[in-house]
This record gives sequence, structure tokens and C-alpha cells, in this order.
Amino acid sequence: MEILLQLLNALPGSISQGLIWGIMAIGVYLTYRILDVADLTVDGSFATGGAVAVMLILNGCNLWLAMLFAFVAGLIAGAITGLLHTLMGIPPILAGILTQLSLYSINLKIMGKANQSVNVNQTDLLVSLRWVKELAFHNPLITVGIVLAALIAIIYWFFGTETGCALRATGANINMSRAQGINTNLNKVLGIMISNGLVAFSGAFLAQYQGFADVKMGQGAIVIGLAAVIIGEAIFGKIFKNFALRLLSVALGSVIYYIVVQAVITMGLDANLLKLLSAVVVAVFLAIPYWKSQHKAKHITKSKGEKVNA
Amino acid sequence: MLDIKNVGKTFNPGTINEKKALNNLNLHLEEGDFVTVIGGNGAGKSTMLNMVAGVYPVDCGSIVIDGVDVTRLPEYKRAKYLGRVFQDPMTGTAADMQIEENLALAARRGKKRTLRPGITSKERKEYIELLKILDLGLEKRLTAKVGLLSGGQRQALTLLMATIKKPKVLLLDEHTAALDPKTAKKVLDITESIVEKDNLTTIMITHNMADAIRVGNRLIMMHEGQIVVDVKGEEKKNLTIEQLLQLFEQSSGSQFTSDKVMLSK
Repeated sequence: MEILLQLLNALPGSISQGLIWGIMAIGVYLTYRILDVADLTVDGSFATGGAVAVMLILNGCNLWLAMLFAFVAGLIAGAITGLLHTLMGIPPILAGILTQLSLYSINLKIMGKANQSVNVNQTDLLVSLRWVKELAFHNPLITVGIVLAALIAIIYWFFGTETGCALRATGANINMSRAQGINTNLNKVLGIMISNGLVAFSGAFLAQYQGFADVKMGQGAIVIGLAAVIIGEAIFGKIFKNFALRLLSVALGSVIYYIVVQAVITMGLDANLLKLLSAVVVAVFLAIPYWKSQHKAKHITKSKGEKVNA
Repeated sequence: MLDIKNVGKTFNPGTINEKKALNNLNLHLEEGDFVTVIGGNGAGKSTMLNMVAGVYPVDCGSIVIDGVDVTRLPEYKRAKYLGRVFQDPMTGTAADMQIEENLALAARRGKKRTLRPGITSKERKEYIELLKILDLGLEKRLTAKVGLLSGGQRQALTLLMATIKKPKVLLLDEHTAALDPKTAKKVLDITESIVEKDNLTTIMITHNMADAIRVGNRLIMMHEGQIVVDVKGEEKKNLTIEQLLQLFEQSSGSQFTSDKVMLSK
């Protein structure tokens, strides 16, 4: 009973965090599912977004402008990965790792040290974990919720445009795309840019929410993003067919992830094991479609063999 | 309409896997020519089409489409002049996208892709009319994912996509080979009617000799990266498979060997 109360008490915080990471997860969804590229830049660009936003806010920049610059920083990070892949022929996973690594130095340079804090008592912020239980507009649930809805609307619109369709085609069938005159390299770069823009935007929110940016804040972000994508698809995949709803299901997947994380911690799991647990869960869920196909293959050989015997 | 001049291509040069795919190849197509191409395994048929399409660069020579030298243009830029259908029904369409989305993508081939809607309601009406021509019932399934279609339906759709914007040259790379005989005939019939309707300049690779003789106004046979037989007009119409094989042996100095071709005789 006590655990349940604790959990309920922590729920607004978990949901807020889940929504913030949900923006990041949508970024991962765009590369992983739409573009069919596993982009590891995100671990770096998430922190870049946080670093850029925090430094701008500390220097008195308008909050929304700081968010915009964080987004642009993410776009640039994504462009680097995209160009490493398309212009220099480096496999996308490796290209992402290279950018991610270099972003570690860049993030240190942006902040001047490993972490920078923004105190909600001294500076105005868009979101803060202090406000999670306040019935006000600046409650992160409401602010992030509205921003998330707006982002989903914009992404939905964009992927319905000629450019957006070309981007989807590039991920769906690259040979067909080239045959239909689509510049697939350009679209890959564009897709990775948009993805990392969203990831950095999400990092900018999280830095304000937790009151600091840290060079390590994006560590394992790709796994959390993938977990959100997988959870969202597993739970809502059957009912959410529309593209906008699928984006929503990814964000909800992230929320569920954080609620589950909160639950296992409340029940006494060593928080140090959290990343291990996340990785195992993602690995298993990624394996399920493969196992399913393997199982089917076995089944076919068996029945064929029986026919031969008969 | 199409000029392939002295084109050569060697794969994996300088290695044990070196393969001379095209050897000083020359081909000139007049507007409205419908050429069928046959040849054994590794004769260079597909490589020829891939060279025209720009899938990989030529080693030497030039490719000119309707007066435009496209030799150095990347594949996606050449697409504006070309319509392509591939052997594998999976290659020509995006399985995860809807029928109408696939058509809309093709309708924008060679045009700048902007932030305007990827498909308009006016287009939808046009696509319904276009799909009716295929007589496969696809006009009622405009928003179905292409992955749900059969191989034959996908090839027919790819054909429609390849010709929705009139291409300067239509490239068909054994586009009926992966289909069952009945479906293959249907797709070939659709091909003929579309080519005739729009008077398209076409190159069609086939492994079916009877089709190669019956369809089109010109027939070429390839061997070791070169064209060894080239018959046109009346001469082609009166050709028999035996004569064709004889012609091949005379000009190439070897037996025609292709299990696929011989079996489908």
C-alpha cells in the first residue's frame, strides 16, 4: 500500500519525464523506423541540446529562443552524421558514433565544464520538476504536453508533403526512390538532421526540468528511445495505424517506460542496474520478430520433411 | 532517342573476380523503337540497362538520351528521362507506402519536391482512372499498402509508375520473369498496350524467345558484353526460334546457353 502511494506520488514526475523523453523518442523513431537507420548521434546531440539551452539561458537569452537554438544545434549535429555517411561512405552506425564522440568534446566546450546548472529560483525556466504538482500552465505536464502535440502536428504535416513523402520513400525502398528521381543522399541527411533536432530540443527541455545540463545526460539515450518506440508499437501498434497516432504511441511508450522505471525503483531495485535492465528489455524486444521468423522457418522444414517421408 | 556509344564496364578489375560485363557496346534507338533483348547468363543485358539508368558509372564511352549527355549524371537525376521496371517485384515499389502514395512519388519524378502536399485530391481521381486500365481492381484499393499486393499487381503498378510521367526511354529488366505464366502474360499485355498508347521508346530484356520475337519492332541478342544479333522490322516478324539460335551461333561462334531461356522456349 505504501509503495502504491509512493508510486502515485511520483507519477506526475514520471509522466513529465516520459513526455520530455518522448520528444527524443520521436526523433529516434524517425531515423530507426522511417529512415531505417540506427543513428547513435542522439547520445551526444541530446546533451548538446541541453548544453546549448542552459548556456543561453544563463546568459539571459529568451527561453523559447534558447529552445530554438538547441534545435538548430541538433540539426547541425545530425548534418555531420549524415554527411559522414553519404559524402564519406561511412556506415551510418559508425558515422553516428564518430559524431557522438566528437560531441562529447564540443559539449564540454559549450559548457566550459562537465555540467552547468540553472536554478529555477534565480532564472526563469520553461519547465521544472518543482512544478510537477502545481495546477498551473507552467506545470511540465501541460507545457511539454502542448509542445509535444504541436511537434506531432508539424511532423505529421511535413511527412505528408512532397519532401516528406520522398524522405519516407528513401527509407522504405532506396532503389525505387532513386529510380523515381529522389536524391536519396540528401533525404538521408535531412532525416538524420530532423531527428537530431528533435533529440536536442528534448535535451533542452530535460536540462531545464532537472535544473542542469551534463555532458553525460545523453548516455544511453538511444536505448531509451528504442525502448519507447518498441513499447509504443507493442501496446498501441494494433489500434494506432495513422502516422500522427503512431508518433503519439512512441511518446506514450516513453511515458510508460518512465512509469515502469519508477515502479521498479520504488519496489526496491538498485538504481545502478537500471541501464542494464533497459538494455536487456530492448534486446529481447528487438529479438522477438527475429525469433518469430526463425520459428516459422523451422516449422516449414518440418512439414516438408514429413511429406518426403510419407 | 537513346545512344549508347562505345560503353565498357568491367567489374572488380584487377581481381580474381574480374568480369568484363560490357565490351565496347554500341546501340542506337530511334524514337518509338521497342527493342527486345535476349542473351545468356552474364551476357551484359542487365548491366546495359543499369548503365543507361546510372546505377553504376561507365568505365568508358557515353550515354546520350534525347540529345542530353547523361554519362556523368547520378542515377536520381537521370530518372527524369527514364521509366524503369525491375525483375524483382519488390524493387519497383515501396511496400510500406500506399498505392496512391507510390503513384504520387512517381508522378513527381524529375520535378522539384517542395513542401506542397505529397498527393492532392485531384491526383487521386486521375489515379483511379489510370488504375482502371490495369483491370486488377486496384482502383478500389487506393490507400492499401503496396506490400499487400501480389507480385503481378506490384509489377503492373510499377509499370504504371514508370510511365505516369512519359519517359524518354522505358527500361524493362525481365519484368515478367518472377511471375507465373498467366500473370506474366497479363503484365506483358499491359506493357504492350501502354507502350503503344504513348509510343514509348522501350528496351525490354526477356528470357522468353517467343515473346522477344512477337513483341516490339526490333530484337537484339547479347553475348559477352556485345550485341551479336540485331534484327528489325519485317525480318524480325518472320523470325523463328530456330533461326534465331542459328543466327546467334553464326555471329557469336558459340552455342546459345541459358537454361532459363531454353526452358522457357
